[in-house]
Amino acid sequence: MSRQALTTLLVANRGEIACRVMRTAKAMGLTTVAVHSATDRNARHSREADISVDLGGSKAADSYLQIDKLLAAAKASGAQAIHPGYGFLSENAGFARAIEEAGLIFLGPPASAIDAMGSKSAAKALMETAGVPLVPGYHGEAQDLDTFRTAAERIGYPVLLKASAGGGGKGMKVVEDQSQLADALASAQREAQSSFGDARMLVEKYVLKPRHVEIQVFADQHGNCLYLNERDCSIQRRHQKVVEEAPAPGLPAELRRAMGEAAVRAAQAIGYVGAGTVEFLLDARGEFFFMEMNTRLQVEHPVTEAITGLDLVAWQIRVACGEPLPITQSEVPLMGHAIEVRLYAEDPANDFLPATGTLALYRESAPGPGRRVDSGVSEGDDVSPFYDPMLGKLIAWGEDREQARLRLLAMLGEFAIGGVKTNIAFLQRILAHPAFAAAELDTGFIGRHQEVLLPEATALPEALWEAAAEAWLLSDAARVREDHSHSPWAERSGLRLGLPPCSTLHLCSGGQRQAVTVQHSAPSAWQLQGDQLVHDQAGVRRQHLAIRRGNTLYLRWAGEVHTVSAFDAIAEAEASHGHQGGLGAPMNGNIVRVLVTPGQQVTAGTALVVLEAMKMEHSIRAPHDGTVKALFCEEGEMVSEGAVLVDLEGSGT
Amino acid sequence: MATLNTQINPRSAEFAGNTAAMLEQVTALRSLLAQVAQGGGTKAQERHTSRGKLLPRDRIDRLLDPGSPFLEIGQLAAHEVYGEDVPAAGVIAGIGRVEGVECMIVANDATVKGGSYYPLTVKKHLRAQTIALQNRLPCIYLVDSGGANLPRQDEVFPDREHFGRIFFNQANMSAQGIPQIAVVMGSCTAGGAYVPAMADEAIMVRQQATIFLAGPPLVKAATGEVVSAEDLGGADVHCRTSGVADHYADNDEHALALARRSVANLNWHKLGKLQRLAPVAPLYAADELYGVVPADAKQPFDVREVIARLVDGSVFDEFKALFGTTLVCGFAHLHGYPVAILANNGILFAEAAQKGAHFIELACQRGIPLLFLQNITGFMVGKKYEEGGIAKHGAKLVTAVACAQVPKFTVIIGGSFGAGNYGMCGRAYDPRFLWMWPNARIGVMGAEQAAGVLAQVKREQSERSGQAFTADDEARLKQPILDQYEHQGHPYYSSARLWDDGVIDPAQTREVLGLALSAALNAPIEPTRFGIFRM
Repeated sequence: MSRQALTTLLVANRGEIACRVMRTAKAMGLTTVAVHSATDRNARHSREADISVDLGGSKAADSYLQIDKLLAAAKASGAQAIHPGYGFLSENAGFARAIEEAGLIFLGPPASAIDAMGSKSAAKALMETAGVPLVPGYHGEAQDLDTFRTAAERIGYPVLLKASAGGGGKGMKVVEDQSQLADALASAQREAQSSFGDARMLVEKYVLKPRHVEIQVFADQHGNCLYLNERDCSIQRRHQKVVEEAPAPGLPAELRRAMGEAAVRAAQAIGYVGAGTVEFLLDARGEFFFMEMNTRLQVEHPVTEAITGLDLVAWQIRVACGEPLPITQSEVPLMGHAIEVRLYAEDPANDFLPATGTLALYRESAPGPGRRVDSGVSEGDDVSPFYDPMLGKLIAWGEDREQARLRLLAMLGEFAIGGVKTNIAFLQRILAHPAFAAAELDTGFIGRHQEVLLPEATALPEALWEAAAEAWLLSDAARVREDHSHSPWAERSGLRLGLPPCSTLHLCSGGQRQAVTVQHSAPSAWQLQGDQLVHDQAGVRRQHLAIRRGNTLYLRWAGEVHTVSAFDAIAEAEASHGHQGGLGAPMNGNIVRVLVTPGQQVTAGTALVVLEAMKMEHSIRAPHDGTVKALFCEEGEMVSEGAVLVDLEGSGT
Repeated sequence: MATLNTQINPRSAEFAGNTAAMLEQVTALRSLLAQVAQGGGTKAQERHTSRGKLLPRDRIDRLLDPGSPFLEIGQLAAHEVYGEDVPAAGVIAGIGRVEGVECMIVANDATVKGGSYYPLTVKKHLRAQTIALQNRLPCIYLVDSGGANLPRQDEVFPDREHFGRIFFNQANMSAQGIPQIAVVMGSCTAGGAYVPAMADEAIMVRQQATIFLAGPPLVKAATGEVVSAEDLGGADVHCRTSGVADHYADNDEHALALARRSVANLNWHKLGKLQRLAPVAPLYAADELYGVVPADAKQPFDVREVIARLVDGSVFDEFKALFGTTLVCGFAHLHGYPVAILANNGILFAEAAQKGAHFIELACQRGIPLLFLQNITGFMVGKKYEEGGIAKHGAKLVTAVACAQVPKFTVIIGGSFGAGNYGMCGRAYDPRFLWMWPNARIGVMGAEQAAGVLAQVKREQSERSGQAFTADDEARLKQPILDQYEHQGHPYYSSARLWDDGVIDPAQTREVLGLALSAALNAPIEPTRFGIFRM
């Protein structure tokens, strides 16, 4: 195949991945084309592109998922190739096909390969044929004990009995050995019958303390396929990866080779081209089983880049142009260790509810050796409710895992984000956890260490309030009167005649509030030097990031950025009066269902309206019994945070 | 530019001795003020806060801009006056910054005798209003008082300068465009009800504040009507039905926030204009003032050593430095504000008085505030001086001081005796503020002189009637007079009766003056017309 001319690349995505792809494309001398929704007009990816094309719309379905609009954008901008990023249309065979049909290059596998992996059951059958190990099990119709006993013997204990119709743990039993099988089966069948009205069971190998280990594969158009080592993505929350690292800690070289070779077989079985990932479950005994193959560049590809020194996007572009892979399997490097964390706009304290708002403060960690930040936002950007709330990724590389871990912790400590809630503190707690440091990784990690990783909110320490008060006073732009500059009244001395100086502030942070009285005379032990609040106590100087933006102070304390504002007694009083009637939207979103009508009697807890934001549905429920007096929204309507949706009259007062 | 260079060695034993003596007095002052700041004491405070009410000083702290100074007045009011403790006379008053506006704040302390008005409570409230009026400061009244102290009704109710004057002042200040804001945070009964009723804007705290002309017991006695305090005059009645109050607050904190909004909406302009420079610290530390003033009040000291520790960069452009040298006059800047300083450096002679009158004319012509640093035993006496017309020359100074319309500030840093008090702008001459240092003494004459005069009179009487007047007799006569003068001449005695605005730590003098100068500039600096100077 001859090398195809490629000068202009369109990235059919947004956020950090669009920025990341364009970075490599630019480095390779390509003209970059971004596409953006109406909401993303000023988003970082559209700002950074050489050309940006407006797709209109806000929801992904109206913008980034519109194949016709994307092809039109490519045509309008003269792009010869389209990179799909991840998510959106990246694993949509129809998209790949449409691009090929339009005579453009799709920076991904052939549509047929996407199709092949698209159906889970078909993919498993295909893999079985290719000799890729699957989780062994029995999915047959016969439900007698003997059949299950035979199947369990074949699979090997422990096994997991699951209701065929089931989910959510109901009708699920782990069976450690044959003696328990009869009782467990009967019990599981009873439970399945009562839960689902269907007693049918299946049995699978019970994977002990499973780890999620995936292999990065890369194939060219000439039949070459490499595995670029593995990544361990065991730290997950509800099947969402949170921390990814490479290589997988403690993985023996022969197992790496076995898994790598299986992954290459999987890729070759479907005629794969480009970057792909084969995901395996790895059990405590070193057995691995195929889960699925992702036919795209993964979010976590930078850890692979960090330990191999390769640029996978550059490879994607070269391979798409018909170039062969530049190295052979034996030349694939594996240097040191890399760890990545995903930075999300979300509220870990509130069930990881996606957070929206304006990034009033956004400071990334300082650049340096072994440090990488792939982000898609900058200060002042909005985090809208329409898309995935991932802000970016932090990747640290080290000579060994511990160095990478400490480096990543340091980077997280340097990050400062205000205006939008993030999972930074949660990520810090994971990385700092002794079990993580000891590489005790499996998919149950977060659940097992829940109490440490998601601690109950406790009262903020006095010392924090004191520091916040000092920073607040020091950053309070002296209220200079136009008719009277330099008045000594503007100095925040808190002077009292014959008594200790006294400055009283009433601050709030994270739903807590505190009246703080600062009593000291100048010169104080506290100073504000630029963005740093410096505290000098007994010759020991400590610095805390402290940035004042209008009526908000961002203060880093014990590694966490706290948003501090002045307590507003008037707003508080109004809120306490206002809550009796209107129920507001908890965040920006789309009204998907209105479940009540005016005049309807409802009891406390009744869902009134369902709001969709960030791909999640949120019910607005009646806080008390009452009558729906009026509705201020309709289905399909976009509403903004705080907008009153329902006026509920009743016994709430 | 003349910079004052100190002649004092701060490492000398004398300096150390002076410092120790002054520090002892300052320490005593601080501990007394700290005790006064406790109001009615722990028990009364607990009772107060258990009702969800903030203590008066906390109310003021929440009302002020964070970090605002609070220039309190009359902290020692009623100190050892009534035979019972009435700390600060049960009302806290002072100037603080609210939403960038310098305001006079008057807060009843309900922990002190229910916030009832003793005679000195009335006097202090009126003094605060006078300061507000003269300096054109918006007034915020934090009302929480049972009203007049009934057993002392003859001393608080009927006279010109009694309770009624509070409302007279409110009406007239309002008429002059000086905002009057009342925050009712407790009871506000009978006459007191006029504080919010006469305010430009009134705020009430629900389930806590009440306003009525007559409380439930009096209503029942008068008409037989039975009604609860809340139903009679609570926030709901006055904000929803009667319209006596304008803003409804959930609690103290909410009420104070509403008061801040009221001030924010004043569109306030300061009208006093001065050519200001950027403030510069003096060359010498403020606490060196402790060592400048001799421990022995009879020892003279060069007042320039005091000026050098008060004014910007210690720069002092002296006027007539070689003439009438017992009165030091000169221009300086204090916190960037130009000031014309008159400071005693010995007894007042005719030349000094003429020089002072001339200098005051200059200051008034130029619209520069006057600062008097009093340390004066009086005008010179004797045949030679009477012949020289000391009376008419002294009168020139008194005329100039009395008529001067520029803001005047007086600090008594030593003695303040006889006509010297008048010529140096004592209380009767309407300085905007008058403070005393703890070492200061005030009286018609010194204790020794008074005792001496009275002994002399007695001796002459005795001699006329042919009786012996022994040294013992003289000592017996003199001692109670010495004691009385010493007691009454003490600054606490003065401050308790509101002859001054407070006893201050010398080291805070510069800050206090800077804040007062700024506050004074809320009012325009008016031109002066002097009376006849007897030539």
